[in-house]
Amino acid sequence: MNALAAGHHPGFLSPTGVEITFVLVGLATLGAAVLTVSTRQLVHAALWLVVALGGLAVEYLLLTAEFIAWVQVLIYVGSVVVLLLFGLMLTKAPIGRSPDADSGNRPVALGVAVAAAATLVWVVVDAFRTTWIDLHGVVQGSSRATGVSLFRHWVLPFEALSVLLLAALVGAIVLSRREEK
Amino acid sequence: MTLTALAALVPLLPFLGGAAGLLLGRRAPGFVRPVAVLPTATAFVLAAIVAARQGTGAPTDAAHRLATTGSIPIDLALHLDGFSVLIALLVGLVATCVQLYSLSYLRDDPRYPSYAALVSLFTAAMLLVVYTGDLMVLLVGWEIMGICSYFLVGHYWETEPARTASLKAFLVTKLGDVPFLIGVFALATDAGTFRISGILDAAAHGRLQHPTVTALLLLAGVAGKSAQFPLHTWLPDAMAGPTPVSALIHAATMVAAGIYLVARLLPVFTASTAALAVLAAMAAVTMIGSALAALAQDDIKRVLAYSTIGQLAYMAGALAVGNRDAAVFHLLSHGAFKALLFLAAGALIQVAGTNSLAAMSRMDDLARRAPDARWTLAIGLAALAALPPFSGFFSKESVLRAAEHAANGDTAHVPSAVGWTVLIAGLLTAFLTATYAARLFLLAGVPPLIGRPAAAPAAGPAAGPGEPAAAEPSPAPQPKPSAEQGPVPPADPAPAAPGPDPSGAPDPDPDPGIRTGVPPLMTGVLWVLAVPTIAFGGLTYRSLPDWFDGLSLGPALVTSVLSTGLALVGVLAAWAAWQATAAARRSVPIGAVVAVPADAEPELVEAEAIESHEEIYGDIGAADDPGDPGRLLLGPLHRPAAHGFHLDAVYTALFVRPVLAAASLVRFLDRDVVETYVQGAGAVPRLLGAAVRRAQTGNVQTYLSALLAGAVVLAVLVAVGG
Amino acid sequence: MHLAYPAVLASLLFCVGVYGVLARRNAILVLMSVELMLNAVNLNLVAFDVWLRDTLHAGQALTLFTITIAAAEIGLGLAIVLLVYRNRGSSDIDRLTGLAEPRPGSSGGPLVPGAAADEDTADENATPHGTTDTKATEKANEKAEASA
Repeated sequence: MNALAAGHHPGFLSPTGVEITFVLVGLATLGAAVLTVSTRQLVHAALWLVVALGGLAVEYLLLTAEFIAWVQVLIYVGSVVVLLLFGLMLTKAPIGRSPDADSGNRPVALGVAVAAAATLVWVVVDAFRTTWIDLHGVVQGSSRATGVSLFRHWVLPFEALSVLLLAALVGAIVLSRREEK
Repeated sequence: MTLTALAALVPLLPFLGGAAGLLLGRRAPGFVRPVAVLPTATAFVLAAIVAARQGTGAPTDAAHRLATTGSIPIDLALHLDGFSVLIALLVGLVATCVQLYSLSYLRDDPRYPSYAALVSLFTAAMLLVVYTGDLMVLLVGWEIMGICSYFLVGHYWETEPARTASLKAFLVTKLGDVPFLIGVFALATDAGTFRISGILDAAAHGRLQHPTVTALLLLAGVAGKSAQFPLHTWLPDAMAGPTPVSALIHAATMVAAGIYLVARLLPVFTASTAALAVLAAMAAVTMIGSALAALAQDDIKRVLAYSTIGQLAYMAGALAVGNRDAAVFHLLSHGAFKALLFLAAGALIQVAGTNSLAAMSRMDDLARRAPDARWTLAIGLAALAALPPFSGFFSKESVLRAAEHAANGDTAHVPSAVGWTVLIAGLLTAFLTATYAARLFLLAGVPPLIGRPAAAPAAGPAAGPGEPAAAEPSPAPQPKPSAEQGPVPPADPAPAAPGPDPSGAPDPDPDPGIRTGVPPLMTGVLWVLAVPTIAFGGLTYRSLPDWFDGLSLGPALVTSVLSTGLALVGVLAAWAAWQATAAARRSVPIGAVVAVPADAEPELVEAEAIESHEEIYGDIGAADDPGDPGRLLLGPLHRPAAHGFHLDAVYTALFVRPVLAAASLVRFLDRDVVETYVQGAGAVPRLLGAAVRRAQTGNVQTYLSALLAGAVVLAVLVAVGG
Repeated sequence: MHLAYPAVLASLLFCVGVYGVLARRNAILVLMSVELMLNAVNLNLVAFDVWLRDTLHAGQALTLFTITIAAAEIGLGLAIVLLVYRNRGSSDIDRLTGLAEPRPGSSGGPLVPGAAADEDTADENATPHGTTDTKATEKANEKAEASA
């Protein structure tokens, strides 16, 4: 299949529209992510996270995984970020620019992150230089296809996960409940 | 029951008694006394039966091999012959007497159970040594005796002298035991067996490779155990133990073990002329030195201790001239009379309330208060001085006769020089022995009658016969009433002493509450021991050769006349000196007695007396008494003699100080050099640890940074290397 | 589409998340960074699933599971952060150094060295952290006893 896919595509020099869109959205996503981890306003960080996660949902769509994309929007953008915002408020996070949003570990973190990024990019590019994804076939991530595989092959993990969610629910309630005095 | 079974029972019974005593001691106090006395007494009876059945027949040998133990087998072997059965009989007799005596002597002692058990254990060990036919088994008994001696000398461990003395006794005898052990191994290697019969066989056939070295190694152990020069210094100090222990261990039995061993292994020694010469020189030096030292001692038990050393030297001398019959003969008679002497001295000490001769010599009613002790002391001293017809005379004569025999060159393997050495030293010592024996009796047994004729009727008859054997000095002991001085009651010169007892000062009206009598049990034991002291030598010297090697033991004319004459001269000299110093004794009050209730047990008195002697008189064994005849006789020699010729000081300079210095050097090396390396080895990880601890900030982000950085490095390495 | 695009994007997003986890002080921001990392992984999963045309759709199924778990994780994580905030009066990660090695010479007990550092913030919070600390101590003691 790889050989087949490689045979259809000439190389980097002739990007398709999907590729261009993907790169652009990817850049936006990356920028939003960088802002998320670097902004000094805590609430802004949560908002930039919404942008990054939304951008990722678009990327999923471009990769023909539409169900995942909608789940992404639903859960991440809809609930996780809201939860995070609640968390920020409950912990009385300062509104506006806070000078100490970054800890003293920042230079080290920067070094480690850049090194890791360089290594990963180098390895990934080196490995998948000549690999193409064939997006012109049956849609891989339609709701139907995902549902079929999920409830035909992945039923047991799916149900186990529901138990895990229940446990997490109970745990979160127990943890966050104030003790009665 | 067979003879061997009986003989095996003899050491076994006291051993079981001792073990039972140690186990039962606290739980069943009622059984302690029977368990202490009965096994020992039974062993004595059995030893007598064994002796009777063995008789003069051929030696009985029996052996049982428990297991093979390596190259040279160790057997539980019995060897019964005339020597062993008779010595076992002596051990049984003395041990039984001592156990009986201890019943009374330590009647209230809380530590009596362990004491009696140790005495039983000691008896068992000695009997084992005597009966065994295997050197390794003998060594077991030998070492058990050493440790028992350590414990028993330290019986009064509350007192400083007893503690140091027990330690000294143990260390000094161990010093001899190490070469002894090596010698035993050398013997066994040469002979291929630990059995004494096998070793003697090897010696007879000249199979011993290095007879001189082996014999000298063995001699070191013998010198330690039998308290011969230069390892004798522990014995006088060991008198810090209770009197019965001194009687049993340090006079009659344990110290005799060394002599007995040489007697058993005599062919090994006669195989080497050098060893015999060393033995003779050792014996001669010990004899004369100990006799001189005995003359200067103030502690009555130390006098007897030095006399023990001297008598053991006689035995060693007999062995040096190759005559073990005479040695064992003297061992037997000496065991009896020395036990008697010690026990009598113990009785005297408890009555007098002091162990100091200087104090005793100023008590005019001491003889009246302890007549039995005094008489038996006299008998024992007469035997010690070898006056006929006491047993000491015959046994000592047999030694001198053997020496003379060797001096004439009539003994095979023995150079005549060795014989001459022993003979001359023996004769000189006979004179000295009689002198210090007479001095001891005159000071302790004859009342001074200080300016008080009224007391003469009471003390006079007792003082009259005085020295029954010597006879000359006694009839007129106190011709000078010395009334011109008036009653000079010797005031107590030492207020620091544990309180002057009224009985110490010869009060014209003696306090009725003072200790007047010796318990009847002790008296009875004294008289029992007096019997062999008087009669043993004279009755048996003719028949004993049948039990031994057959050499004649009767006194020879020349030596007996010479030695008896010298002894008489010695007695006379002592008497003359005693007379000459009478004035000094009257004018210089000295002495103190311990303040112990009159009904206290005897050993309490002794422990107090030993502890306070140094405090009162300035020395553990000597006293600065101008009224001492020994001082007059010895002249300038008195001071060194009183301190054992400063041998302890020499040892301190030669051995103790270097050892202490070496120990402090080792301590320095250990603390300041080795420790430095150890601490350095510890400090480096400690520094590293401190550095690592600084990284433990508790900040999760730091940890995670390090973790991820490491992961990146690993990934890069894998990517590059892969 | 070239596979390197999503892969590189995922790598970069992941490293941005790493940076956030390591550099952010507020615990909730750290949780956001963790979400970024998880999403980077998700992107990878989806991209490779599409590339492999997996009939089981393992990558997409796993992505769904990851999203679910991430939701659970964010719920629990926030609950923990809230609890910490209530007890310590702060949700700053670099102040939660209760496991730090005690400095030689400092008198603070090893269990609560962080408490001394946040005392100023803890004062305004009514919750006495001493009680929890005592509880923790008790629990540790019990554990020690049980192990003994």
